[in-house]
Amino acid sequence: MERHGRRFAGAMNMRRFFLIAVPYGWLLALFLVPFFIVFKISLSDLALAIPPYQPTMKDGIGQMLSAFDFENFVFLTTDDLYWKAYLSSLKIALISTVLALLVGYPMAYAMARAPEEWRPTLMMLVILPFWTSFLIRVYAWVGILSNEGFLNQFLLWTGIIDAPLTIMNTTTAVYIGIVYTYLPFMILPIYAALDRLDESLIEAAEDLGCSRTKAFWLVTIPLSRNGIIAGCFLVFIPALGEFVIPSLLGGSGTLMIGKVLFEEFFNNRDWPVASAVAVILLLILIVPIILFQRNQQRQAESET
Amino acid sequence: MSQKIFAPWDDPNEKPLIRFENVTKKFGDFTAIDDLTLNIYEKEFFALLGPSGCGKTTMMRMLAGFENPTSGKMELSGKNIAGIPPNKRAVNMMFQSYALFPHLSVWENIAFGLKRGDMDKRAIAARVEEMLKLTRLSKFAGRKPHQISGGQRQRVALARSLAKAPKLLLLDEPLGALDKKLRQDTQFELMDIQEGTGTTFVIVTHDQEEAMTVASRVAVMDEGRIIQVATPDGIYEAPNSVYVADFIGDVNIIEGIAKPAGEGTYRLNWAENEMPFVATSDVPFSDGQTAHLAIRPEKILITPDKPEDANNAVRGSVLDIAYLGNLSTYYVQLAGGQIIKAQTANTRRLSRRSITWEDKVWVSWSATAGVLLAQ
Repeated sequence: MERHGRRFAGAMNMRRFFLIAVPYGWLLALFLVPFFIVFKISLSDLALAIPPYQPTMKDGIGQMLSAFDFENFVFLTTDDLYWKAYLSSLKIALISTVLALLVGYPMAYAMARAPEEWRPTLMMLVILPFWTSFLIRVYAWVGILSNEGFLNQFLLWTGIIDAPLTIMNTTTAVYIGIVYTYLPFMILPIYAALDRLDESLIEAAEDLGCSRTKAFWLVTIPLSRNGIIAGCFLVFIPALGEFVIPSLLGGSGTLMIGKVLFEEFFNNRDWPVASAVAVILLLILIVPIILFQRNQQRQAESET
Repeated sequence: MSQKIFAPWDDPNEKPLIRFENVTKKFGDFTAIDDLTLNIYEKEFFALLGPSGCGKTTMMRMLAGFENPTSGKMELSGKNIAGIPPNKRAVNMMFQSYALFPHLSVWENIAFGLKRGDMDKRAIAARVEEMLKLTRLSKFAGRKPHQISGGQRQRVALARSLAKAPKLLLLDEPLGALDKKLRQDTQFELMDIQEGTGTTFVIVTHDQEEAMTVASRVAVMDEGRIIQVATPDGIYEAPNSVYVADFIGDVNIIEGIAKPAGEGTYRLNWAENEMPFVATSDVPFSDGQTAHLAIRPEKILITPDKPEDANNAVRGSVLDIAYLGNLSTYYVQLAGGQIIKAQTANTRRLSRRSITWEDKVWVSWSATAGVLLAQ
């Protein structure tokens, strides 16, 4: 009887091990291994070979390890292009996040307050852009924002302006692109938080002496806080490493680390330096990712 | 020892705290409140009782300021309050869902309303402590609403709505979420707090027992109208209509033709070849008018033999017995097929009961036991 029980427990343990092993295995194969490959390349030197760096595994493990150094990381500190690009990326990501929040919150609020039968349609409209390729949608903005674009033509036609506005190839265009692209990621978590909000809480606040505005700040905002935080991270994290939007809409004046990374890899073919840039970018991103995870966890705890 | 009976509604000099004058509220085509006139006096514990959809919640929401009347006048201490937003009224409400702020502690929930005024911090803290003590919540001041029990949440909601010392406190099904035992305890607690603070309470409920227990007066509503306003015993003993008699408690309704038989006394011809019932009534009935005799089951006596001195006695057989523990209800079928419910207190053990199924019995009652109702 006891032996049977033990065998049963063994089977349970196997199952539990398997259940845990699958996601960890996935993480190991698709995140940690690539990261270590990139990290390894970042410790190598540039070489005119295929692949364009050395040492490689072919030289033998011992030889390879002894040839590693942090030269590329030191190089990043000597050229101010890199830290300026990091700082500029942080700034653009931060401002874009705030802009997306300012645009997204009222939209989420309106969705949550809309009549019940409208909500699925409104939700659909928010998700609809994902049905088209991201690249095509960013290209469409070129058509809208360029000097002969729809926006300028419309404004000239109405007579509001008499010379076309230069928006294309400026940082403004990058902001527009990022806010447009990541807006759904801001709207959806905030909408989810507002949708759960009990209407009688607002009435209770009013009953206890709050004006409508005051009730909004004291009750609605704090109760949608988790949605706001989640939305901000979901915009900030991808915006920080964004490459397509600044390279299509931004000009030479828009410095973003994603673009620098791309140029190191494909224009300069300097894989080791590009890898070092990527490793640093990842380290910068780890902080907000951990904060985001903690927020999600706390939210899950408060709901139980 | 003579104690002054609290009955400001009988005193013509008393000024009502709340006056509804021909108030009508429409939502589109639907009339939620239909031409309602009502006075509620200071320190009253007033219950609005009715089935769901009868307009009682709409009336409460109008008092709180969440809805405005379509027409008519609404006064609070002599001032018209129609159009004044909820945050500008000396009225607080305890919500059915309690509506406690989940992001704030018990202490902060109670302080929420106080902080909106111009009270200084120390006075707020003192008032919150007072409320915590009143509702026996001092130990839980630091907890969040999701960390306390349903009964405690109910008390937080009460403390929060009382903290601002409103002229009028509205309670929307305040005990609906509690189980029966806790509800009964809480009813008495509510009455104590109401008496202690001297606040006027208006409670909305669909539970007639709750309304009867706590209220100084009960208003029975149906389809946006008030059918009767009276003290709990008035509602129970002297209902003004079959609807009220039927809504509150258990009742036998016997329809017949009234025939005057001397001062305030009537004979009710309720079936052919049967002796008419004798009943007294303060309301006059004309000869031949249709009347309904409403009589409570506990006022009907059930005996194996014909009682000597009863005004009304009729023969039947026991169809069914509902045993409720403290009471038994006998369903007695008369010769004409009508069923009369008679209730007796089970002062004896069940095994010694003298009447059982199929027994031929007499049901009897006095002339003053029932009420004659026109409709």
